[in-house]
Amino acid sequence: MAIKAYAGHEVDVNDEGFFTDPDQWRAEMAPEIAREAGVGELTDRHWQVIECMRGEYAAKGTGPTVRALGKTSGVGVKELYQLFPKGPAKLAARIAGIPKPRGCI
Amino acid sequence: MADKIEKVSVIVSKGSLEGVYPALIMANGARAEGMEANLFFTFFGLDAIHRARHEHIKLATVGNPGLHLATWAGGLPGMSSVMTHYLARKMDRLDIPPIPEFVEMIADSGAGLYACKASVDLFGLAKEDFIEQVRDVITVGEFYDLAAGGEIIFT
Repeated sequence: MAIKAYAGHEVDVNDEGFFTDPDQWRAEMAPEIAREAGVGELTDRHWQVIECMRGEYAAKGTGPTVRALGKTSGVGVKELYQLFPKGPAKLAARIAGIPKPRGCI
Repeated sequence: MADKIEKVSVIVSKGSLEGVYPALIMANGARAEGMEANLFFTFFGLDAIHRARHEHIKLATVGNPGLHLATWAGGLPGMSSVMTHYLARKMDRLDIPPIPEFVEMIADSGAGLYACKASVDLFGLAKEDFIEQVRDVITVGEFYDLAAGGEIIFT
């Protein structure tokens, strides 16, 4: 557990940098988290994935895996890996301020 | 030693459903965690990337004590198909993709798919027999070059 400051607000994150309280997240924090996670500038396609992450988490209480994301976000698996090369579900969840998705597929 | 695995190379040597899925899950999971991943299909594992056969991979119902099925019953005609169908339905409910779709998804994730040259020669196959996502038919030596610096998982 640690405290981080994004966009001028303090938030609680775990050892891997995932928000422990998704309610602390604000959209303006995303670019800063993305830079820290090595994703770089966020495009509209990145945002489409991030918003899908937030929506799925709000609806189901857990973030989608890469496969689920490929089906629900409107961004295919190939492009997901281009947008988030070091793990789409993991990185998008971190940028979206939700816990790391747990799933094997 | 680094505390994170950066790269894995998974060898798929079995042509049964229970032989193929774990390898695919390991490779897919590695990519999802941001690791580099390669799949090397050898011997009967080649069926998983064979154009005509990858849709017909079956669960072994004989010589598989984990199924808790009497050996004689496992050998009944059609038993393997029935059990495979049953498992496929369960997997579908859990959103686990069928093998052809899973392999394609893993290729889309950027993992490398390779066929073993010795096995390809042994079975009289050629690169054209495999799905288009297969990058190359390679020797064991070339596999070790690809796998250098990472973990190797044999299944």
